[in-house]
Amino acid sequence: MSSMTSVKRMRTSIKAQYNVSIGIRLIIALLLIVFSIFPILWVVSASLNPTGSLATQKLIPDNPGLENFRILMTSGQFPFWRWFGNSLKIATITSVLSLSITTIAGYAFSRFRFRGRQTMLKLILLIQVFPALLALVATFLMISQLGDVLPAIGLNTHASLILVYLGGAMGINIWLMKGFLDTIPRDIDESAMVEGATDWQIFTRLILPLLRPILIVISILNYIGTYGEFILARVLLKSSEQYTLMVGLQVFAGAQFNQRWGVFAAGALIGALPIMIIYLALQDQIVGGLTQGAVKE
Amino acid sequence: MPDRASPQTPKTKATSARASSSTITLPHLVRLAILIAMDASAVWILNRFFSLGYYPLAAATLLILIFVNIILLHRETYPIRWMLVGLVLMAMFTIYPIIFTTWVSFTNYGEGHLITKEQAIEQILKEKYLPETGKAYTWTAFKSPEGDYVLWLQNVDGDGFLAAPGESLTQPQPGESGVGEFDSKGIPETIEGYKRLNAILAATDQNLTQIQFGEIANSIQIRSPKEASELLPLYNYDLGQDAMISQETGAIYRNIRGTFSSQDGTQLRPGFVASIQFANFREFFVSPALRGPLLRIITWNFAFALFSLLLNFALGLAIAILFNDQNFPLKKLIRSLLIVPYTVPALLTILIWRGMLNPELGVISRGLENLFGWSPSWFTDQWWAKVAVLLINLWLSYPYFMLICSGALQSISQDYYAAAQVDGANIWQQFWQITLPLLLVAVGPLLIASFVFNFNNFNLIYIFNAGGPPMAGTPTPAGHTDILISYVYNLAFTASRGVNYGFAAAITIVIFFIVGAITLFQFRYTNMWEEVSENV
Repeated sequence: MSSMTSVKRMRTSIKAQYNVSIGIRLIIALLLIVFSIFPILWVVSASLNPTGSLATQKLIPDNPGLENFRILMTSGQFPFWRWFGNSLKIATITSVLSLSITTIAGYAFSRFRFRGRQTMLKLILLIQVFPALLALVATFLMISQLGDVLPAIGLNTHASLILVYLGGAMGINIWLMKGFLDTIPRDIDESAMVEGATDWQIFTRLILPLLRPILIVISILNYIGTYGEFILARVLLKSSEQYTLMVGLQVFAGAQFNQRWGVFAAGALIGALPIMIIYLALQDQIVGGLTQGAVKE
Repeated sequence: MPDRASPQTPKTKATSARASSSTITLPHLVRLAILIAMDASAVWILNRFFSLGYYPLAAATLLILIFVNIILLHRETYPIRWMLVGLVLMAMFTIYPIIFTTWVSFTNYGEGHLITKEQAIEQILKEKYLPETGKAYTWTAFKSPEGDYVLWLQNVDGDGFLAAPGESLTQPQPGESGVGEFDSKGIPETIEGYKRLNAILAATDQNLTQIQFGEIANSIQIRSPKEASELLPLYNYDLGQDAMISQETGAIYRNIRGTFSSQDGTQLRPGFVASIQFANFREFFVSPALRGPLLRIITWNFAFALFSLLLNFALGLAIAILFNDQNFPLKKLIRSLLIVPYTVPALLTILIWRGMLNPELGVISRGLENLFGWSPSWFTDQWWAKVAVLLINLWLSYPYFMLICSGALQSISQDYYAAAQVDGANIWQQFWQITLPLLLVAVGPLLIASFVFNFNNFNLIYIFNAGGPPMAGTPTPAGHTDILISYVYNLAFTASRGVNYGFAAAITIVIFFIVGAITLFQFRYTNMWEEVSENV
């Protein structure tokens, strides 16, 4: 920005002014940070507040303790661990399967030339225009009909939810994957082919190891997206023991929210933790993935 | 299952394609066996779909099955096999729901109209009535100590029949089935396990007239103290008129939009799924009862998406510009702390904000109360509810804009600013003339995507206040912060007066056209389509 440029030009004379500018910006940063993390701090405080209700909460609780966590773990009415486990299971299975589908299909789009290839790539892009959320009613009806014939993938099953999530695997990620694959020189494939390797061998032994960075980004974004998904899970899962964490906590917060605030805060904190850790640990990769296409190098 | 078989196929095919292809090898046979097994189970599933009347689902399954067979049997389609699983899942769980939504939007699918016409006719034809005249029996009732009843029926010729509820009539002789000796009228004196009721007891028995005796198809009910009669079907379906004709009253119930209705407005239940052409869309655009709330919902929908975008982008950009400095102290730490809102699953943060904004009890309301002696009613006042939603969305989304803007800022060459300074441009001019236009080129598509996302930001609206506060006097439930998609959700899943999938689907299609138009504009504007064509 302009202030920065001018600083570069007149470095010595305006050194003092620059320091003032830094100071002001640090103060602004501090205010923004307060805005950003206050809700999180507030939840941490709520979870440690033994009185457990919204009305009696202070930022620094009087007798901090783990009472809320204890209630959360032992409550028979709200199987928190079950929900947490369901969420982890569904997110893991979905992201692994989705990644396999995306990678294998991306490889075919990048390496093979076949009729209808362009059309299919464009079609995949076009389908993204129709937000999955809009087909919610139809998805619900379809799953309930499927369940009449095959109860294993009917309503209230995790399998149905995973299948619906996987329906989106041939999505925009195919483009990301294909773009990355296109940057890997084809010489590698061709020399292996001369040696008599099959396509599958080339893909698994040669190409796959080179894909590591993009595999990490796609699977993490997928995992986070699935873990936090709410509405499909809300519509397809009916009974409490099948809920994902997001659905469970939303239902839990639905009734007597004021009294349950402390326990909810403890649950929200545990629920948010895996994703926060992933984000903060892999910040750079994720930011790179998010801004893909925004910045053209 | 089709998706189980295919992951192995690319490998086998790859090997065999390279080997001489005319010989039939073991992998070939294995693949063929898998394919046959898969087809067989798919045909069984198809058959079930058909018998249940799930025709659209059956058609989709059939098409997918044919596609899978073509792909697996033809050599030229080898590359497609690599993506077959993904394509099948996409067809089933992404494309089919889109097509199905379109179909539903032209029907009356919803409460009271959930089954096919054949099923509805079948159910209606099962209804029986007790004719006042016609084939009749005289009857004598027997009652067991447990309170079960059987009837001894005699037709005009004097033949006797034993009738128990749910069982077919029998014609036992004395000594058979526990039937005792006949009296002078041909009625058994005793039936084992039952006690014969005398005429007065039978005539005053409250239960007796309610029971249907005999098989369900030809059941018999007591019509008067003297007579019992066979029940007759109440309705007769007239194919030519497409109408149900009541045998009791002669009334004609014509098929009007999936319900058999008589002229005085009486309707037969159940109704069935029927095409109603553009009625749902017409209702959406012209229904006076809906126009008020819908217009407000649409206006707010656009306003919400636009204001969200502007606010979030402005704050994100401001932060990005402020800290766009390689030497800024603690840069990494500040960024990590600022993206914290982005790292918490949105659903949880929305619920957290709901707690914090709680009037009287929440920390923000209490804080404002202490400072100014007043706090807004975030949940019950429509304008403050809208402010709250925008505020939460700002908190949720500005880190994203901060990240993409700081990325884009670094790609703007410093030469532009140097040249601008030579020309004497001030900081504001530089921002409006250089930074913003160049930035918009880079992040434009993401801004449009974000607008589309917020246009359908169901989670925020639904979880914060379920679209509330409610609007007064609307025909279907609607709230002041409702956007189209949350309104659709209410229609389809929570409407107290019965779900209306057809109308919900029609609104969905309208949303799709809005979103589609915006996206098309994006493709045009950014030449994305051409780029796509060049890249593939």
